[in-house]
Amino acid sequence: MKYKRKKPKTEKTGRISRRGFLKGAGITAAGTVLAGSGVLKLQAQTEEKDKTLGPDAVNIKIKVNGHVRQLSIEPRTTLADALRKELQLTGVKVGCNRGACSACTVWIDGIPVLSCMTLAVEVGDKEVTTIEGLAKDDRLNPVQEAFMEHDATQCGFCTSGMIMTATHLLEHNPSPTEKDVKVALSGNFCRCGTHPKVFDAILDAARKM
Amino acid sequence: MNKFSWYEATSKVEAQREANSTVSETIQPDADPEAAVFKASGIDLLDLMKEGLSKPAKLVSIRNIPGMDEVSYNKEKGLRLGANVTLAGITANPQIKKNYLALHQAASHAATPPIRNMATLAGNLVQRTHCWYFRSKELVCFRKGSSTCFAHVGENENHAIMSYGYCVSIHSSSLAIALTAFDAIVEITDKNGKIKLVPMKEFFVLPSVDRTRETILKPAELITAVILPEPKTHTVSYYIKMGSRRSQDWPMAEVAVVAGLSGEKCKTANVVLGAAAPVPFISKAAIDAITGKTINETTATAAGEAAMQIAVPLSKNGYKIPVFKTIIKRAILSLGKPPENVIDWALPDRIH
Ligand SMILES: Cc1cc2nc3c(=O)[nH]c(=O)nc-3n(C[C@H](O)[C@H](O)[C@H](O)COP(=O)(O)OP(=O)(O)OC[C@H]3O[C@@H](n4cnc5c(N)ncnc54)[C@H](O)[C@@H]3O)c2cc1C
Ligand code: SF4
Ligand code: FES
Ligand code: FES
Repeated sequence: MKYKRKKPKTEKTGRISRRGFLKGAGITAAGTVLAGSGVLKLQAQTEEKDKTLGPDAVNIKIKVNGHVRQLSIEPRTTLADALRKELQLTGVKVGCNRGACSACTVWIDGIPVLSCMTLAVEVGDKEVTTIEGLAKDDRLNPVQEAFMEHDATQCGFCTSGMIMTATHLLEHNPSPTEKDVKVALSGNFCRCGTHPKVFDAILDAARKM
Repeated sequence: MNKFSWYEATSKVEAQREANSTVSETIQPDADPEAAVFKASGIDLLDLMKEGLSKPAKLVSIRNIPGMDEVSYNKEKGLRLGANVTLAGITANPQIKKNYLALHQAASHAATPPIRNMATLAGNLVQRTHCWYFRSKELVCFRKGSSTCFAHVGENENHAIMSYGYCVSIHSSSLAIALTAFDAIVEITDKNGKIKLVPMKEFFVLPSVDRTRETILKPAELITAVILPEPKTHTVSYYIKMGSRRSQDWPMAEVAVVAGLSGEKCKTANVVLGAAAPVPFISKAAIDAITGKTINETTATAAGEAAMQIAVPLSKNGYKIPVFKTIIKRAILSLGKPPENVIDWALPDRIH
């Protein structure tokens, strides 16, 4: 059996729902207008503002690398696409687009997550950090420098995801063992086979930090 | 992905008011075009949507409902894990590692680190099978409404070796294997706010019973928690996953063993196999082989042998039988031993 959600009264019946009326009258939160007036107050509590967004483009704000950015995106836009296509943060790479390679790893509130499996609308007021946000005052972070020194990148497609993961590791475990590094990086795939140099670079960065 | 609207629920009531369908229903030919479904972290749901298998009109996010990611402990009721606790949260919880080692091991070996940072407990239980025919939009298999199971005569190396009917898919959730072994209980809040407590072993549905779904969940029914009973003294556990790669890969075979020991003697036991059947498979034969016996090489080997007696492999997955025999034996012999760093087991010293 299917539970059908009660549909709001629509144009078909020719009647305007209360929610629709309030919306039309430009009142967003019914409670603010009606609060304090007896029966109406009760209704106001049960009638919430319809929070549904989309399916067409909606305006959202998103905090990326310390800056608040305005975007107009459809709810189906992934965070990876929003970062790359809307904000030109093309350091974020999309490999599989299905959660299997970790190339698209960014941080949300400091935690490495997959931007291809995250929707831009769900980020809310959390803070996003991409590879573009790691350098401080034009100076690359130690992991980035170590990747260059150790020639730990070939085509570079997996590299930003690797660096996001590795930097997070070193922030929480400043002197990791080789095994710690392998475990932390165990989701980051590299088709070019850079892993040995990647591990060396990360261990070297740890020593220098 | 299809276009859909988005609803960020801030309470369970709100989420349940908005949702009207399940993701499994959206995959069927008679899917409701107005379907609104729950989304937790979305790893499984977005995968189905990106493939074009599921096209819900609305996603109702339950990810940020306050309190749904809480872990609480009560001596009588045991450990209550909120539905939104992440796999990383389970892995990092010291109480789980101490008292429910097999669950810690199952969570820490599943998927990859960033996925574990995102994926939720409830989403892990409710994810659909990873049968590659099922996951492909082009192939409308028996589970998606046709009369053909492509795996029967096709590439079935990852498929079931026991307890299957016409559909030979295997269950995807590693956490379910460990949770079933611990006799965990799924706390479900129904549409009217009433709480149902469903034992793990009654939560999953065999395709021979209903091919369109894998759990008993009805539209708008929300898993609010999973409850692990207080471990009895001398209860020990162990979990092993065998995959073709040491990280990232889905298991080709997995086992969770929970046992009550008295010295070397096994008083009670539970042995649950994953990647063996369309639902977590409780191996009565393996349980009987060790219950009341002393745990040693002989009895552990016998348990593995006994568990595989009823296996009927398909054309390409006979290899699973020796793999299961081995991991069942190893898991039993590892019971009660101080858990070596489980990650060590997952990754050897050098992989290059
Ligand atoms: C590369 C890769 C490897 C993987 N390897 C493994 C592995 O080894 N072992 C393993 O177990 N898993 C593995 N996974 C699967 C992964 O763990 C699951 O996809 C994930 O746990 C799903 O959780 P989620 O929060 O993202 O769920 P979602 O995708 O948000 O939801 C999944 C389903 O659960 C429903 N749902 C979610 N929460 C609730 C609730 N509270 N009440 C009712 N319904 C709910 C949703 O409606 C949906 O139907 C792997 C995934 C990938 C991509
Ligand atoms: S095993 Fe099940 S899910 Fe896979 S093709 Fe056959 S019917 Fe479909
Ligand atoms: S692109 Fe996101 S995991 Fe591969
Ligand atoms: S450098 Fe090419 S994928 Fe890693």
